[in-house]
Amino acid sequence: MEQVIANGLYLGAQYALIALGLTLIFALMNVLNFAHGQMYVMGGFITYTIYGQLGLPFVVALLASGATLAVIGALMEKFLFRTVIRRSHREESTMLLAAATAFFFDAVILLLFGEKQRGVPKIVKGVFNDAGIIMPYDRLVVGALAIIFIAAFVLYMQYSRVGRAMRALAQDRVAAQLMGVRVDRYSMIGFAMGAMLAGVVGGLLVTITGVNSGIGGPISIKAFLMVMIGGAGVVGGAIAGGFILGMMESVGLTVLREYGDVTYLVIFAALMVFLSIRPNGLMGKPWG
Amino acid sequence: MTSNRNMKIVSVVAFLAIVFVAVPAAISSSGRFDLYYTLTSVALLSIASAGVWLTFYIGRINIGQGAYALMGGYVSAILVMNHGWSFWLTLPVAGLFCAAASVLIGLPILRLRGVYFAMVTLVLTEVARLLALALPITNGAKGIVSIPLPGALSVFGITLIPDFATLQNSRLAFYLLAVTLMVVCFAVMYRLVNSRIGKLCQSLQQNEELASSIGVNIAYLRIIAYAVSSFFGGVSGAIFAAISQSIYPSSFTVTDSVNFMLNCFLGGLGYVFGPMLGTLVLYFGWDLLFQTGQFQLLIYSGLMIVLMLVLPNGLLSLAEITRKKG
Repeated sequence: MEQVIANGLYLGAQYALIALGLTLIFALMNVLNFAHGQMYVMGGFITYTIYGQLGLPFVVALLASGATLAVIGALMEKFLFRTVIRRSHREESTMLLAAATAFFFDAVILLLFGEKQRGVPKIVKGVFNDAGIIMPYDRLVVGALAIIFIAAFVLYMQYSRVGRAMRALAQDRVAAQLMGVRVDRYSMIGFAMGAMLAGVVGGLLVTITGVNSGIGGPISIKAFLMVMIGGAGVVGGAIAGGFILGMMESVGLTVLREYGDVTYLVIFAALMVFLSIRPNGLMGKPWG
Repeated sequence: MTSNRNMKIVSVVAFLAIVFVAVPAAISSSGRFDLYYTLTSVALLSIASAGVWLTFYIGRINIGQGAYALMGGYVSAILVMNHGWSFWLTLPVAGLFCAAASVLIGLPILRLRGVYFAMVTLVLTEVARLLALALPITNGAKGIVSIPLPGALSVFGITLIPDFATLQNSRLAFYLLAVTLMVVCFAVMYRLVNSRIGKLCQSLQQNEELASSIGVNIAYLRIIAYAVSSFFGGVSGAIFAAISQSIYPSSFTVTDSVNFMLNCFLGGLGYVFGPMLGTLVLYFGWDLLFQTGQFQLLIYSGLMIVLMLVLPNGLLSLAEITRKKG
């Protein structure tokens, strides 16, 4: 049982970090970023190239993943999403754009890195084995790093000037603009930060699960799930959703083992029942 | 006013002439019989996309049409294979089954809006796939294969539709079937949108609270629109299963659901015939780019992004722009 909970917490930490980026972009722009999973894959491949191929330190690779994705995110906001939002009659049009960028990234990843599953050497060797819990050290390190990043993100959003501006923007775009917040600039920073988070998680997880060009879509779906559980556009909700999904997956895989591969079926069904009772998730804004 | 009406009649007649006469004639003279299959797919996909468009019309983003297409395909396949029903009977039954299922599913989830509805329908597609894998009747990942071709349909001894298996050219038969259904489907859509219900649906799209406050029964309308949408999805899925003579859990996946939605966007959300045009352009675009090999997806998605930047309101908004200028 302890093992199940430990696995759940570890999964939850990385899931929460994925969901944070998605929810941040949604909160600021009202854009459902279909390409989030692809950004994650890109981050993974950049870390693979720098740490696995070139042999540079892992920290450098992680920084490079984050920085590259931040730049990509900023460019996407400035040249794609901002234009379409301005010109389109209906807000939903951004979904086509997001889906198209997801396909585009898929194609780019496939061309640059190929379709093979890639892995990198372990960052820390050895296995933690005590009190009935078995957990490789590298998972512990990655889990701890994920929690540190989450904490840093929350603190940054809470106390920094940029974070305050972005929270104002998420609360009420027009009001924020009237108060002198530079809406365009902070939308861009927010999009960049969301993309950066996706890249960083990708970089972290490539050390454990490896990466291949096909996992972008499934990762996006998982991220959508977490955001729905917690409520779209709320930082606390994304973190809660991430941990809940991680826990459900870990418990489900153990409890439902004899029924075959039905964990996700049960999770989806539970989610639909839950959402019909609480349409905005745990702490979402109404009609996100 | 009359000239406008005449214009409409002329364009409808021209459209019918093209799809029923000109296209088969052109194909048989050029010998490109593979195009039948492509065009049949376009017709069927545009039926499913029309359903998605209808949910857009009430202001909901529907990424769950793949679930109903899969459901329709399985209902038809199981009835034909296990119960010996005629395909022609299973076609409406598949549609009605999906419509009934969508009422049950829609009652809770249609209360959701915006991205929540979008994401829940996305999940619905995954649920359908996983269910098809897990249920005993669907035969798991192996799917249902070697479904017989549609048999003859006769009423009072008169054969209306011949047995597809005895035809020399079953591709042409499927093409005509799909195109006929597409024409019927879009006629129904056009009628629906330009009726009282259509106007009421538009009021839902703009503001549900306001609509409900002046006495529009929003819950009822949402269910109706969603049920019609799923009916289309089920019918198109059923024919797909009949054409490919097989159905697998992976026959319709999240990608297909997303594509149905993209077809609507590309054609234009404000135009009834948007999904038809969008499907045609996307499907053919994808096929034409096949020659570019590994760059297919890159060029395809790149073009889609560019289109979105230039024409964010869909291809059919081009007509409106030129009209304004002219």
